[in-house]
Amino acid sequence: MSIEVRKVSKTFGTYTALRDVSLRIASGELTALLGPSGSGKTTLLRIIAGLETPDLHPETSILFHDEDVSGRPVGERRVGFVFQHYALFRHMSVFENIAFGLRVRPRGERPAQAEIRDRVLRLLKLIQLEGFGNRYPSQLSGGQRQRVALARALAIEPKVLLLDEPFGALDAKVRKGLREWLRRLHDEIHLTSVLVTHDQEEALEVADRVVVMNQAKIEQFATPAEVFHQPASKFVMEFLGQVNVFQGRIHEGQAHLGTAAFDVAGPVGGQTGEATLYVRPHELDIARNSNCVPSLPGRVTRVHTAGPMARVTLLGVDGKDIFVDLTPQRFSELNLQPGETVYVSPRKVRVFSPDYQI
Amino acid sequence: MATATLTTAHSQPLGRVSTGEPVLVRYALIAITFTFLGLFLLLPLAVVFVEAFREGIRAYFASFNDRAAWSAIKLTLLAAGIAVPLNLVFGLAASWSIAKFEFPGKSLLISLIDLPFAISPVISGLIYVLVFGMQGWLGPTLDALGIKVIFAVPGIVLATIFVTFPFIARELIPLMQEQGTDEEQAALSLGASGWQTFWRVTLPNIRWALLYGVILANARAMGEFGAVAVVSGSIRGKTNTLPLHIEILYNEYHTVAAFAVASLLALLALVTLAAKTAVEWRVHRQQVASLEPTSAEENPS
Repeated sequence: MSIEVRKVSKTFGTYTALRDVSLRIASGELTALLGPSGSGKTTLLRIIAGLETPDLHPETSILFHDEDVSGRPVGERRVGFVFQHYALFRHMSVFENIAFGLRVRPRGERPAQAEIRDRVLRLLKLIQLEGFGNRYPSQLSGGQRQRVALARALAIEPKVLLLDEPFGALDAKVRKGLREWLRRLHDEIHLTSVLVTHDQEEALEVADRVVVMNQAKIEQFATPAEVFHQPASKFVMEFLGQVNVFQGRIHEGQAHLGTAAFDVAGPVGGQTGEATLYVRPHELDIARNSNCVPSLPGRVTRVHTAGPMARVTLLGVDGKDIFVDLTPQRFSELNLQPGETVYVSPRKVRVFSPDYQI
Repeated sequence: MATATLTTAHSQPLGRVSTGEPVLVRYALIAITFTFLGLFLLLPLAVVFVEAFREGIRAYFASFNDRAAWSAIKLTLLAAGIAVPLNLVFGLAASWSIAKFEFPGKSLLISLIDLPFAISPVISGLIYVLVFGMQGWLGPTLDALGIKVIFAVPGIVLATIFVTFPFIARELIPLMQEQGTDEEQAALSLGASGWQTFWRVTLPNIRWALLYGVILANARAMGEFGAVAVVSGSIRGKTNTLPLHIEILYNEYHTVAAFAVASLLALLALVTLAAKTAVEWRVHRQQVASLEPTSAEENPS
């Protein structure tokens, strides 16, 4: 079941949550809506679900499998919605929570008692909480509650699964375990799913495609590898992982920083002028001397080795910090000491268009 | 100082939060509280029962063997029986709209609900006299239609509704605000209708607060004196409620009868207190349960 959103805007009073957003999510994919808080990602998810109505506009529509569902209320859209704070029915047992969507069906469509029971037990097995049916939500841990919420959403055999920051309220270890489990579950059931998150690591790890949102608009819609390696805008570049930002100039297709000139990744269009240059920490190398390679001098201020990469912090000539990630091998070869002056050379320099056109 | 430290160390294993006051201060405060409660609450309550039984059990029960007394009991039950269900519906509607919707005039509505708490019961009664009385706005019209409100049962019911009006809404609003609308949204997304959502999700979540509000509203409905006195006119056997009946008996020096009927109201208060404690205990137990998650296996594998 594909999901398509066409020209959706949403304003709350004077605040614009979404500005003319269009998006098509392919059937069977797990898509992450990623962005900082206030970027409009949760509003978009709630509009897809039908929990929120978009601003009235003749060209606005929401389609499930190319069928317009804009006019249908949430209960008729057959969406499984998982809330950030679980929203489990606190006075019902886990079993009754999962059975709820089946029990409230009109008499003619309601499955028989035995079938409801079968289905709930199958779902309890799926979420690995067999034997927890008689517990109450208050007797479960956060991770267990979220899995119950997921089973409750799946019980109505939804056409799409929508998850609003499902792991946001859980601690780091639990969320990591749960998102790997969610990915495996998705590979098993192949339900078109949309997940809202503000955690870039979560989005890149779990999703087939990532929608990066900022200030009520979509910045980029691509695979995790693409958004990470070929960010479409400054915002995506800065939001996905740490980045070193330098103020330099573009001249004859090259980036100039102080006296050094570097090649730029991607087209710069023969423009000239002031520009902001972006380099990721792992795309910088350190050398003891400049060796005629274009490079920037810096003084080592801090070395942090407790991680898969060694993080070296340098103080550049402009007084700003430069972060460099080195592999452990490279780091031990260099044997850097705080206070040393070294030379950093970028392997890849990025420039984003609106910036140097000024 | 040494004593204080020692006491702190002793009281902690008992599970009490120690704020570190010297033991003397603590006992003095407790003693003052008990003396005060004893003098001003328990003693008068005891007097009610002692006076009621002063001339023996026979005289006590004889006080109820009287047409006027029965009529007062019936009227009190009638007024409470109408006021409490009406305020139940009103309280639910008001707290639902305040807690779950955004609309202009919301804070004004909250203040209006509190109005009966803020003004004197006598004024509450007078308001109705001024509106429905013979010299009031609607009095002559109603009189022409043959409807009597003031110095009749409808006036008593209206005054009772007015004074008990905030109890249920006041209990529900903070609870419903705290619970938010997540569960209702979840129910709707699972295909439940609005009605199903109300009966299966909203109502069970607020049932204890609702019951608590009903108990308080009922106690006030049966015990109200001031507002009812103004609109009732105290026509014996017709417009007397229990509190008014007691006053008349006392003024006429029927001390035993007055205290006997008073003991009935006092008994009602005690039953209310017991019911209230039971509900509070129930709510507390629920809260404790929700604070103790059993963290069994956390990571699915």
